[in-house]
Amino acid sequence: MNNSPYFLKPASVQSVMLRVLAALLPGIAAYIWFFGMAILVQIALASVTALAAEAVMLKLRDKPLMLFLSDGSALVTAWLIALTFPPIAPWWLTVVGVLTAIVIAKHLYGGLGQNPFNPAMVAFALMIVAYPSLMSQWPAVGFTDFAPQWNAIFGARQLDAITMATPLDALRTALHTADARATVAGVLGSDATFGNIGGKGWEWVAAGYLAGGLWLLQQRIITWHMPAAFLATLLLVSGGFSLFDATRFAGPSFHIFTGGAMLAAFFIVTDPVSGATTPRGKLIFAAGAAALTWIIRTFGAYPDGIAFAILLMNIAAPLIDMNTQPPVFGHKDKGRHLE
Amino acid sequence: MEVPRVQDHSSAKGGGVSALQRLFKFHGGVKPAYNKEASTGLPIAVAPTPTQLVIPLHQSIGGMPRPLVSAGEHVLKGQRIGGADGNVSSAVHASTSGKVLAVEMRLMPHTSGLSAMCVILEPDGRDEWIPRQPFDYRNATPTETRDYLRDAGVVGLGGAVFPSYLKLNPGKQGKLDTLVLNGAECEPFITCDDLLMRERAEATLKGAVIMREILGAGQVLIGIEDNKPEAIAAMEIAARAANAAAGDSSIRVVSVPTRYPAGGAKQLIRVLTGIEVPHGKRSTDYGVQCFNVGTAYAIYEAIALGQPLISRIVTIAGNVRRARNYEVPFGTPMRDLVTLCDPLPDSDRVIMGGPMMGLLMPADSVPVVKATNCVLIGSKALFPAPPPEMPCIRCGECAKVCPADLLPFEMYWFSRAKIFGKAQEYNLFDCIECGCCAYVCPSHIPLVDYYRFAKSEIWARELEKESADVARERYEFRLLREEREKQEKAAKLAAKTAAGREKAAAALAEAEKPATTPEEDAKKALIAAALERARAQQAQARPENTDNLTPEQQAEVAAIEARRAEIREMAKPHVRQSD
Repeated sequence: MNNSPYFLKPASVQSVMLRVLAALLPGIAAYIWFFGMAILVQIALASVTALAAEAVMLKLRDKPLMLFLSDGSALVTAWLIALTFPPIAPWWLTVVGVLTAIVIAKHLYGGLGQNPFNPAMVAFALMIVAYPSLMSQWPAVGFTDFAPQWNAIFGARQLDAITMATPLDALRTALHTADARATVAGVLGSDATFGNIGGKGWEWVAAGYLAGGLWLLQQRIITWHMPAAFLATLLLVSGGFSLFDATRFAGPSFHIFTGGAMLAAFFIVTDPVSGATTPRGKLIFAAGAAALTWIIRTFGAYPDGIAFAILLMNIAAPLIDMNTQPPVFGHKDKGRHLE
Repeated sequence: MEVPRVQDHSSAKGGGVSALQRLFKFHGGVKPAYNKEASTGLPIAVAPTPTQLVIPLHQSIGGMPRPLVSAGEHVLKGQRIGGADGNVSSAVHASTSGKVLAVEMRLMPHTSGLSAMCVILEPDGRDEWIPRQPFDYRNATPTETRDYLRDAGVVGLGGAVFPSYLKLNPGKQGKLDTLVLNGAECEPFITCDDLLMRERAEATLKGAVIMREILGAGQVLIGIEDNKPEAIAAMEIAARAANAAAGDSSIRVVSVPTRYPAGGAKQLIRVLTGIEVPHGKRSTDYGVQCFNVGTAYAIYEAIALGQPLISRIVTIAGNVRRARNYEVPFGTPMRDLVTLCDPLPDSDRVIMGGPMMGLLMPADSVPVVKATNCVLIGSKALFPAPPPEMPCIRCGECAKVCPADLLPFEMYWFSRAKIFGKAQEYNLFDCIECGCCAYVCPSHIPLVDYYRFAKSEIWARELEKESADVARERYEFRLLREEREKQEKAAKLAAKTAAGREKAAAALAEAEKPATTPEEDAKKALIAAALERARAQQAQARPENTDNLTPEQQAEVAAIEARRAEIREMAKPHVRQSD
């Protein structure tokens, strides 16, 4: 290097990405415990596809192959796709999802650091629009037998025995389509899908993500702004509405511990490339994503609204950033802060 | 953001001499490996006088001093060899007695590899001083004192080498609240201020007292990073003595948290007083002035001893076996110092300054100058080449550590895309180039290089625009003048013929109405016509798109003009650390 500084802190994109992957492990462990090994198959499938697609795109774009292949960013995208897709989704669903994310959402927009939209969320949104039924088949809690799961992924699909609706889906269907007397408490109490605070099993997966997310905070990979604003907004909005009418609106603990909320709070809204970056901007971005998530979950046609919520906020991110620039040194309060 | 930004203060740490001193935090900063121990083990040594000194005439910010000597002349130690030129300039002196061999262009201690005028001096070994006389600043006018310090060549020794006499001006109010003495020394490896404070605390304090009197400052705060306990202790003893002599307790030594760049003048002022001096503003407008401790010592030498600035303490550190601080006469080749410290065989470069902001030297033959606080010897092992650059992932680490509260990744984005206007909107010129952002970047982007590039491009464009403006004005004026001359000629001619033809009639008419002659009338009409044409032309020359603007547009235009003015102000080489 010809110019100062002449020494650098030992930090790299790779180390950031690898620590994000490590932080996902507690959640994955809980996932395996409650829903079986299928998720590992999906993670492997997604990882291999992502790395292959990344390699081909880097080659086509004439970029240094090993440098970018080893940065870990493709793996993060792959794991997030595997964790947001149903674990018993057919193999090609995952593969197409990952290809969409890596080829279209990432590399066609200029590769690492250039994508305006979160690649994993692009994949999820596209697939749930294109294959709504396949994207809604989730394994029932406790059916951890590997053989039928393997069959579901690679073989003939006889799914009735092992699938059931997700908690969000079950609640929405019950409230929207069943008889008008259905209430949140009634639905939550009657169905085996629902656990103590969120969805059965899912609440533990969410707790795993929470643990990993807190570690990321401690590692200073993410700042508190996004997770705090996301969860607080979800809490306030769902809490407010459930106070207003508890029979029609589920409470905050249900919203926070079901679906992808916890994963989103620590691992998805926090994507720095496609999100807002200023401290105030991060708060607005995450709060907006949470509010939209609740709206889509409550009034929309899709079971979980996180992907759409985040994509919508991705669009707003540059505008948010532009209008939330922190005041620079000496321009805060006419520069005087004595006592 | 883990660091609170406004009105938060770290736990107050007592400054010994002081009662509890309330401290303030500045945003950001980093904690690189300090590597200071290597050069603090031994006391300051006097560097041997080399066989030849190359003393650059231009050693401070501002105008290039005029050479006052020529080849063959004999000079004494401390004799002025370069006279201050212009409003911002500072004199240069012979570092020892000897013969002037030449006044010629030599390679300067700057990364650019450019040469500039130097006085080449062959020492005669006698080291014979000029007659030295203390300067009685108490019975001198402020102007006389400032002139004396200008001619004594005292400049800021923190690295910015801004002429000190210009800063010894209390500003509009005629007095200041606080004189800040900067002993923070936050750059890794550098220990020259540390050793100065340990060994020459008393003299440094005397310098501070002189500066304080000139400035009319109420209190003196000496900020030292808490990784220099010996310096703090020594300065506390000296401060106690100075306070006792004055019968008050207005000089305080304050230990500040060790965090780079706590030694940036603005950062230190913020930490000690809570005052943020905005970019482009004078700190005296906020009642504060900041000097490096080395400058205080130089002022003591100049005023109390009558010795101009001819040497300074330089840390030689890095890839050497015997890192140490030396008192070095200006003009000594850096190579000589490096040899003294036994460099390791894999040494491959010489850096002037520290690893965060230092300048890579074009050769090790360049001389030590007033700005040389450290000669840092590098190697591939000590300062390895950075890993390959990756794209920015907008992780925001750079914004977290920026002491100027900027958004470095945005400035990088626009600098890289050469959208310089946007880069400026993100306050590019508030960047102090401390290097924190590049230091923490996980993508290893040389961010500061991008800012330097953008700044120099903007300066170049401003200069270009300015010269184009001047050229256009000149051209327009020429057109105007030619037109006027033509008119005048025509007027004269017309007047002549008119005068010839109507001589008789004119005489007759003159007798009748003596008020104005037709000649005068014609002249007046012509002048009026010429004026009218000039007005029309001027109106035409005005760009049409500034007519009929809405108030918002006008405000915008005004804002842009203001920004331009600010940039021109900033185009003057800017002050990096305190002086």
